[in-house]
Amino acid sequence: MSYVSIRDLKVSFDGVQVLHGINLDVAKGEALGLVGESGCGKSVTWLAALGLLPGKATVSGSVTVEGQQLIGTGRAAVEGVRGGKVAMIFQDPSSSLNPVRTVGHQIGESLRLHRGMDRRAGRIEAVRLLDMVGIPGASKRVDLYPHEFSGGQCQRVMIAMALAGAPDLLIADEPTTALDATIQAQILDLLATLRRETGMGMVFISHDLGAVGAICDRVHVMYAGRIVESGAIGPMFDAPRHPYTRGLFDAIPRLDGTRDRLIPIHGTVPDPRHMPQGCAFAPRCAKAQAFCNSDVPALKPQQDGRQLACFYPVTAPATGTAATDERLPA
Amino acid sequence: MLNYFVTRLFRAVLTILLVMTFAFVVLRLSGDPASILLGPDAPTDSIAAFRARWGLDDPLWKQYLAYLKSIAQLDFGVSMRDRSPAIDLVLERVPATLALTVPTLLIQLGVGIPAGVYAALHRESVADRGVIMLSIFGFTIPSFVMGLVLVLVFAVTLGWLPSGGQDSWQHAILPIATMSVGGIGILARFSRSAMIEVMGQPYIRTAMAKGLSWRDVVWKHALPNASVPIVTIVGFMVGSLIAGAVVVESIFSWPGIGRLLIVSVSNRDLAVVQCLLLVIASAMVIANLCVDFAYGLLDPRLRAKAAAH
Ligand SMILES: Nc1ncnc2c1ncn2[C@@H]1O[C@H](COP(=O)(O)OP(=O)(O)OP(=O)(O)O)[C@@H](O)[C@H]1O
Ligand SMILES: [Mg+2]
Repeated sequence: MSYVSIRDLKVSFDGVQVLHGINLDVAKGEALGLVGESGCGKSVTWLAALGLLPGKATVSGSVTVEGQQLIGTGRAAVEGVRGGKVAMIFQDPSSSLNPVRTVGHQIGESLRLHRGMDRRAGRIEAVRLLDMVGIPGASKRVDLYPHEFSGGQCQRVMIAMALAGAPDLLIADEPTTALDATIQAQILDLLATLRRETGMGMVFISHDLGAVGAICDRVHVMYAGRIVESGAIGPMFDAPRHPYTRGLFDAIPRLDGTRDRLIPIHGTVPDPRHMPQGCAFAPRCAKAQAFCNSDVPALKPQQDGRQLACFYPVTAPATGTAATDERLPA
Repeated sequence: MLNYFVTRLFRAVLTILLVMTFAFVVLRLSGDPASILLGPDAPTDSIAAFRARWGLDDPLWKQYLAYLKSIAQLDFGVSMRDRSPAIDLVLERVPATLALTVPTLLIQLGVGIPAGVYAALHRESVADRGVIMLSIFGFTIPSFVMGLVLVLVFAVTLGWLPSGGQDSWQHAILPIATMSVGGIGILARFSRSAMIEVMGQPYIRTAMAKGLSWRDVVWKHALPNASVPIVTIVGFMVGSLIAGAVVVESIFSWPGIGRLLIVSVSNRDLAVVQCLLLVIASAMVIANLCVDFAYGLLDPRLRAKAAAH
């Protein structure tokens, strides 16, 4: 049974629909990747699931955590899940910490709330957590304010704060986007290590397919508010079947390849206010037929276990090597 | 940190000095106290004697230096009108003004901030719209109009409250109500926007994601952040409170420093006006120092900036 189960999740802002029915399951302890271009609804999916969207958002559908419904069941239900069962860290670590409270206080708050610690025990545990996420001199820096930490360190503090609630699942929403390359690698490493050590599940939202491949068991690809393809990391990377997924993977520079082997996806993401009638990707798709412009493909299970929403998918190759060959320019 | 306060203190003294100088020059250039005090038909020799008595024939810079010297010795001069020490005349009136301004400020804070915060947390609700409308009404209506309307309704028509004087606490109700309205409007408007701004910040989402109750998110995360801009506006309001006292004390014949100021200016009673301005400027400077100090307490980033000075 899945730990989190999202069914037909729809979100609109001021009447503009940005999520068009997301179905998604996360098993306990599993690491799930969520990829897609900027604005496709990766963050909104999880913010909606945890009730963190601003009031102007209209959310419908179903989100359950351990069977407990979170949509339309009132504040208490979702507050009982946040932090202790499902924690979330965000894209911009520096502005995600309260500037007028010490980091120790902010971590301690979670410890008091979820682990019933008092102030003194909370402080000791906060130091331990900061130490664990790699903040040097944690025992002194626990009393400092967020502005006294670098961006990367703020993300470490955010991770420590998330761990403080001992959650079963951590939603990491592009945790490294705002950081520079070396720090990105360190944070990814930290997340991978923590997952190994704690057995905590993770939803890893990222533009970085390499990182998703390294950390996750399964990956979901989103396009314009829909999931277009999902499956286990291996087959997905070896043989992407949705033309959009294919384009995304082709955009990863390969060690053995040169730049001219990259096949960029042309055009831009559709405006949520003017969505195409049929498949949202059709206007940018090389394989699109007339039919694609009038009908929306449903996400359907495939023989190899993946799910796919495409009328004319890239043909499944016999082996992984074939897929690589196919990528060669004609 | 110490450095910061020394700089602030220095700036405060400089501000007071500037106000004093400005008042000194303007008062002396804008009319002859001798002819105003003695009347236009006074004989020339008594005018000359008056001018000599108060040193008004000396060049301006000489008068100014003499003034500074006496201030340094805590001598604030005597009233040209009744020869009593100016500082006594002023201090005697301070309690009456405080009796209006302190309750006014408390009411403004106690009504304006909660109204604004409530409106921000219930955006687009009937209450929110009500707060916006009332606050616009509050700070656009001039206080003399407000005062006259209140007198007309509650004193003249209904006869519930006295229209002027200072004989009982009932006499303070209309002046305080008149003075409070504008500040409540400003504070409600400002607290609302400060709170809306803060509630949209990513750290509020973090606090919610942590599992804190809505109440704790508002009280422990949003309000401490929103209080920084609110404190700024409260600092500014102390100045407008004094300006308000001048108007309201005149309307309601309330014997505070506001009315003393008007009387002394029209009499060109130089020492008293200067002394009043000194007291008012000091009050505003102290209010600003309090605001700066509150900043340091409320926001560690400003504290750090202060320490770096
Ligand atoms: N608070 C909001 N108000 C209005 N529209 C919003 C809001 N938040 C998100 N959206 C819209 O919802 C859509 C999905 O946004 P979302 O933030 O989920 O994208 P994303 O996939 O996380 O992109 P990124 O990689 O840039 O973070 C976008 O079209 C965005 O403009
Ligand atoms: Mg996002």
